[in-house]
Amino acid sequence: MEYKDYYKILGVPRDAKQDQIKSAYRKLARKYHPDVSKEPQAEQRFKEVNEANEVLKDPDKRAAYDALGSGWQAGQDFRPPPGGPGGAGGFGGFQQDFSPEDIDQFSDFFASVFGRGFRREGPQPRQRGMDQTTRIQISLEDAYQGATRQIRLDDPRRRLDGSVEPNSRTLNVRIPAGVTQGQQIRLAGQGSPGGGGRGDLFLEIDFAPHPMFRAEGKDIYLTLPITPWEAALGATVPVPTLGGTVSLRIPAGSQSNQRLRLKGRGLPGKTPGDAFVQFEIVTPPASDEPTREAYRQLAEHFGTFNPRAKLGA
Amino acid sequence: MTQRTSSGNAPFGIEGILLDEGTVVSVTELTEVCNLSVSQIKLMVGEGMLHPHGTQPEHWCFSGLEIQRARRALRLQQDLELNLAGAALALELLDEVEYLRNRVRLLEQHLGRLTDVEP
Repeated sequence: MEYKDYYKILGVPRDAKQDQIKSAYRKLARKYHPDVSKEPQAEQRFKEVNEANEVLKDPDKRAAYDALGSGWQAGQDFRPPPGGPGGAGGFGGFQQDFSPEDIDQFSDFFASVFGRGFRREGPQPRQRGMDQTTRIQISLEDAYQGATRQIRLDDPRRRLDGSVEPNSRTLNVRIPAGVTQGQQIRLAGQGSPGGGGRGDLFLEIDFAPHPMFRAEGKDIYLTLPITPWEAALGATVPVPTLGGTVSLRIPAGSQSNQRLRLKGRGLPGKTPGDAFVQFEIVTPPASDEPTREAYRQLAEHFGTFNPRAKLGA
Repeated sequence: MTQRTSSGNAPFGIEGILLDEGTVVSVTELTEVCNLSVSQIKLMVGEGMLHPHGTQPEHWCFSGLEIQRARRALRLQQDLELNLAGAALALELLDEVEYLRNRVRLLEQHLGRLTDVEP
C-alpha cells in the first residue's frame, strides 16, 4: 500500500502547531468540497484532506503517525512494521470507534496504521450504507434522445481480517431524455453497502463540451454563420438542431448578433427548451482580383453608407 | 416518491428518478431520502433554503430540485461546520456562481479573434 504524507496533504510543516493544522484543514476543506469545487479530482482530494485531518488533529494519532519516521515519501510502498498487534487494532494499538461506514472513506494506509477494529459490544444498529454521488459526462445528443450508459463505481470490499480490497462494479443506467446540466438521478439502493443495505446513488449529469451547441437549462444556443447577401436579402438555410436539420428563414435585413428563437427545439420535457440561433455574418475573403473588383463595386454602390455614424468619429 | 420510471435491472439498464421539477415528494419522503429530521426541514424552510408547496408542514410537497438542495445544504453544514444561515448563503452564492459560469461560457463563444494593432 502507499504511504500517505499527511503533512504534505495539508501543506503544513511536520512541527506545525494544532491551530495551524486546523486552519490549513479548514481552508482545504472549503476549497475541495465536492459541492463547491469544480476541479475534477475534488472528491478524491477532499477525502485525503479529511483523512489527514483525522490523524493530525488528534495528538495521539499524530504521535503514532510521527513514530513511523519522517523518511517516507508520499506514494512509497508501505508495510506496517512487524510485531504490532495488526488486524483489528492496527499496530498502534488504537481501539477505534469508527463505524465501518466511516472507515470505508479512509485509505488502506490509514486502516493499517490506526486499525480497522470497531467496538462491537452488544448489538450494533444495522445502519444503511452511505449515499454516493458521482458525476457522469454525457453528450448533448444523449441528453436529447435519452441513453443507456455504463458506469463504473469503486466498490471496495472488506476482507474477513478487516482489510480493504479494491473492487469495482458496473451499472447500466438509463438516462432519460431531457436531462440538463447539473441535474441528478437518484438510484435507490445503489450506493455504498452497509449492514442495513446499500445507501442511494446520486448521478449528477455533466454535459461534455459540444462542437456546435451550448446548453443553458433546457435551451440550446447555436452560432449560425451567414453570408452578407443572405443577411441583406433574406434566405432559407439549413440549420442543425439536436433533433436534426431544420430549414430556417433568415429575414431580409438581418444583422450580426441578431438572434432567432426556434420554439421547442431545445431539450425535450414537459416544457421543452428553445433553440436560439445567433447570426454571424461572414464575408468571403477577397483573395483574387475579380473578388476585389466585386467588393469595389459594392463600395461604390454604397458610397454614403457609414455604419459608424452613431459613434460620432 | 412519485415514480415516473420503474426501478429494476432491466436489459435496458436501471432507471432512476430524475430529480427535476417534475418529481414531487412529501415531507416524509424528503426526510427519508436526505436523512433529515422534520424539524431540520422546517428550519431550512424558515431560512428560505427550501420552498415547499402547501401551507401546513404536514402537507408540504417538494420538487426533485429541492432534494438536491437539501442534500447539498446538509453536506455543506456537516463537512464545513457551517451553521444554517452560512449554508443558506453558500447555497445562494453557489447557485449564482453556476449561473454566471454558464453565462460567461456562452458569451465567450462570441468573442472574436484578437489581433494587436498600432493606432
